[in-house]
Amino acid sequence: MTTTVSTPATAARAAKPKSSPQLRRRHRRELLRNLAFLSPWLLGTGLFFLYPLVTTFWLSFTHYDGFTSPVRVGTQNWKYVFQDYPFFWPALRNTVWFVIVLVSLRLVTGLILGMTVINVKRGSSVLRTIFYAPYLAPPVAATLAFVFLLNPGTGPVNSILGKLGLPQPGWFNDPAWSKPALTLLAIWGVGDLMVIFMAALLDVPRELYEAAELDGAGAVRRFRHITLPTLRPILGFAVITGVIATMQYYTEPLVAGQVASGQIGGSGQQVEPGYPAGSTLTLPQLVYNLGFQRFDVGAACVVAVVLFVLSMAFAVVLMRRGSVFLGSHE
Amino acid sequence: MTTQRRLIRRLAATGVIATLAVSLTACFGSSKGGANDDPNAKVTITFWHGWSAPNEVKAIQQTIDGFEKANPNITVKAVGNITDDKINQALRAGGPNAPDVVSSFTTDNVGEFCNSHVFVDLAPFMAKSGIDPEKTFPAPQLAYTAFQGDQCTLPLLSDAYGLYYNKDMFKAAGITSPPKTFSEFDADAVKLTKTSGDTYSQLGFMPLYHGYESTITHFAAQSSPTYFTADGKSNVANDPPLTSTYEWQKSLVSKLGGYAKLDKYRTTFGDEFSNNNPFMTGQVAMALDGEWRGGMIDDSNSKVDYGVAPFPVPDDQADQYGKGYITGTIVGIAQNSAKQNAAWEFVKYLTTDTDAVVNFANAIHNVPSTNAALASPNLDQNPAFQTFIQIAQNQYSNTTPSSPNGGAYQLTLQNLGYGYESGKVTDLQARLDAAAKQIDTDIAQAQ
Repeated sequence: MTTTVSTPATAARAAKPKSSPQLRRRHRRELLRNLAFLSPWLLGTGLFFLYPLVTTFWLSFTHYDGFTSPVRVGTQNWKYVFQDYPFFWPALRNTVWFVIVLVSLRLVTGLILGMTVINVKRGSSVLRTIFYAPYLAPPVAATLAFVFLLNPGTGPVNSILGKLGLPQPGWFNDPAWSKPALTLLAIWGVGDLMVIFMAALLDVPRELYEAAELDGAGAVRRFRHITLPTLRPILGFAVITGVIATMQYYTEPLVAGQVASGQIGGSGQQVEPGYPAGSTLTLPQLVYNLGFQRFDVGAACVVAVVLFVLSMAFAVVLMRRGSVFLGSHE
Repeated sequence: MTTQRRLIRRLAATGVIATLAVSLTACFGSSKGGANDDPNAKVTITFWHGWSAPNEVKAIQQTIDGFEKANPNITVKAVGNITDDKINQALRAGGPNAPDVVSSFTTDNVGEFCNSHVFVDLAPFMAKSGIDPEKTFPAPQLAYTAFQGDQCTLPLLSDAYGLYYNKDMFKAAGITSPPKTFSEFDADAVKLTKTSGDTYSQLGFMPLYHGYESTITHFAAQSSPTYFTADGKSNVANDPPLTSTYEWQKSLVSKLGGYAKLDKYRTTFGDEFSNNNPFMTGQVAMALDGEWRGGMIDDSNSKVDYGVAPFPVPDDQADQYGKGYITGTIVGIAQNSAKQNAAWEFVKYLTTDTDAVVNFANAIHNVPSTNAALASPNLDQNPAFQTFIQIAQNQYSNTTPSSPNGGAYQLTLQNLGYGYESGKVTDLQARLDAAAKQIDTDIAQAQ
């Protein structure tokens, strides 16, 4: 036995007269007109997002050298990448390391710098410029500069450390230090996050802090109970965009690895990926190695699909768990 | 209201037309190639090459001018500074703007070019022109331009590797002649090494695999390895010359102070292809390098008084002293070219015309790639350059064979070397077994 509950919406639907052929034609015309207006966007999304996405997935089940027609090979590429391709698991581990460590440290540093810049009494604009400027440096130039600064043999950083009697790491030439060195480089260019956090921090109502202060809340409690909840949507945005960007981390590790190794391959030549000892190898580098150096587009597409699935999974989990873009109070 | 509706309709129609226009311009086709064109017809062919330095561009243009003079019906449109990524893209897409003739600086991709037939097999063209490849080209050059019997490219100048040594440092160390065997070389390298604290003020030789041209395949050429069996399977686990090369390099690393010390010293080296190259700055007394280094030293302000000799060979192969590693630039004709006969006339001139090859080789300090050009009296008679000519002519000189996955096997062997020289790999044979399996798996995946 069911009970029908009458709501304004159902009542309106019941009151609505049956659509006449004339009305249907008008709706169809409107639909076509709307589609016509949307067609450039639909075409763009279809051509540059959906078509490559579906093709990538399909190609991952084919043998395709980029020249001759693809031939279906079932799950052979998947088996090769997961079982036989020696660089996949190290690259995945490195990518996860960067996602966890690099994204977190960039977030924390960006927030600290943002808070510092808005709270200093004098020289705020100078500090803002100093912290933001590195973000504008081209990635290749910035990476080259870091490799030279941190060169274990001739770099000024190790010279200073040596004079101070401190240990001199191998930085980009040492598997234990190469990822921290890349993280340092990423933190140096944290100006983008600093600016976003500054804007968000300036939006936090001052009355909330004043009221909390009257209630006896200290700086830590004010940060935890006022600043953080208010910044939640911005933090969520920073985490998701940071994770996606780190999943695509390519230029800096590639340039750092090649320059530090001294093995700048000529055009078309394969060079050691992820120097030193595979420690800077990331998944996007594998896509290039497989697809464009080994002519194995099918296997490259497997890595691309894995990257896509991981990025989507991170984004979905983060958005569902934190309602990040809305904030917990909404 | 009617005007507004008309405006909306027009806007919508414009949207549809714009969409269709974009769709239609996105559709392109590739032309179907073939060797049915008349080589005597007036035609323009497109030639893609990688040379970009002014002297190189000038030299290739002079070669093209010579061809056009000899073949007035064919005009060559040269496009320089082309990388392999662009080549692959163009060969894939085809179309009217795609190149007819393509050259590449690396031999690594010949296997894929032949395997996928994006370059035509040049054997029928050579037969038609009465060219005997075995008599025209040295064996290593023929080997690296073909894959499994498909001669889809030809050599367009070569590179030979030899030993550069600093004469002043040799004299100071009391060494009167360049070493010929590995044991002589090791002794000289130690004699030429001067330590300073935990580093060096002068190193005899940088043996590490990251030491620029000191790769496993370049070293191994001195032992004449066999990388693949006749049926195309990896032979690296069962090849004594290769195993002994790894062992010799490792022992030299130990003799010169160990991996960590050498690797730290390596980080003080300048860029390989600059005037800060460690041989040119006097940081190392000996170096394994190609013939181009001599030209670079001569053109630079380096004060290094250098000599050149063939790189030493293992003691048990002393009778083969004089050989070395050979590689070079390759040139082929695109399968989708509709002007293949005209393109062949150009390729034939570039690769087999003795005067053209000699003049081009002299102009860019490269080794010629035909037997006739190597023997030509018109070649640069500079003693250093002539040493490389002799290395290229040596019957035991060899190269790395083509593979269908861009030379991935060389990377596998190089990675093994990194692990072995640093001490992370101790059981060499076990790792060679694993490398052989990996190479076979990679090649099976690529085919």
